[in-house]
Amino acid sequence: MGAKVVTITSGKGGVGKTTTTANLGVALARMGNKVVVIDADIGLRNLDVVMGLENRIVYDLVDVVEGRCKLRQAMIKHKQFPELYLIPAAQTRDKSAVSPADMIQLTDHLRPEFDFILIDSPAGIERGFRNAVAPADEVLIVTNPEVSAVRDADRIIGLLEAENKGPGQLILNRVKSDMVRKGEMLSADDVTDILAIRLIGIVPEDESVIPASNSGTPVTLNEHSRAGQAFRDIARRLMGENIPVVPVDEPNGFLRRIVKLFVSGNDG
Amino acid sequence: MSGFFERMLGRNAPKGSSSKAKERLQFVLVHDRINLPPEQLEAMKQEILRVISKYVRVDDKKVDIALQQRDRDSLLVAEIPFQKRREREEPEEDEIEGKPQLGDETPPASNHIEGGESGESGSKSRRNRR
Repeated sequence: MGAKVVTITSGKGGVGKTTTTANLGVALARMGNKVVVIDADIGLRNLDVVMGLENRIVYDLVDVVEGRCKLRQAMIKHKQFPELYLIPAAQTRDKSAVSPADMIQLTDHLRPEFDFILIDSPAGIERGFRNAVAPADEVLIVTNPEVSAVRDADRIIGLLEAENKGPGQLILNRVKSDMVRKGEMLSADDVTDILAIRLIGIVPEDESVIPASNSGTPVTLNEHSRAGQAFRDIARRLMGENIPVVPVDEPNGFLRRIVKLFVSGNDG
Repeated sequence: MSGFFERMLGRNAPKGSSSKAKERLQFVLVHDRINLPPEQLEAMKQEILRVISKYVRVDDKKVDIALQQRDRDSLLVAEIPFQKRREREEPEEDEIEGKPQLGDETPPASNHIEGGESGESGSKSRRNRR
């Protein structure tokens, strides 16, 4: 009962797990959900800085697990959304400080009071990944349209299946539509063909993502950002809304539409 | 004409590197998923064929054993045709090309008659059917 626990993972590092977690957390909170985001990347704390909450940290995940503080004391309230909390990772410890059972216990304490608990998984397939996935009701696998990221995503999906957590749903991040059109980048169709799992969102490459991280205000708060829109759509899908996932690569210009009509008319 | 527009839209343009990426990924993932590198798969195929060949004559040229993906499940799909059975004790001239084999569908009646006319050439199974 209570909260749905959603873990964001990827296998490969640098594909956008933390950005995704921050944006989904903010997007869900903005739509009125009570949300906790947990940074499970112990030793490489980052979710705090992406969300702009780095100056408020007193206690962290390891402090909670080792009983040095109450759970509530480690939950940092977001400036803008009072129903959004962050539990930061410890910066000076490593992943062995927490066990999968600890994570299950922690989330079980939070479940009754919240709608969503998002867990930002570390890269890799070791302890940190298992910690992050252990309490998950749903797993989101973030990947980029690149061979290395897709291969790692496949490995993660295999591990999730083996732990009966799979297959999970896919977020294809940093898609460059012009490259897809030129045939120089894997398309969303290509990637779902290869991985054979459900796609929950396509996030276009967007230059407003980095400035948003720079200032600690996730891009989904920017109404004009296409990536921000994509994250809002994923948040809605997590809430159970039925929003079709469409490829971002069609800027549907006038000429393009005319030509398309013409071509399909000719072929038919 | 439509080809021209297709090219304008960049669809029929000579495929870029993404199709290569897809191909390479599909190949590597097939082996990743079952943790069996290509050389070992080849060795396994040869061993399977050796075992089967102990019992029946296999048509080596038509053998097709390959890994396939069905959603996220991997399966080994083998098509191993047997060589047409030759009855050494029967006269060679009675051999008919395209003679039905064990496991084939029941041949149409006309074939039956034809077989009958050409003498007692059929395999055991044909004889039993009559």
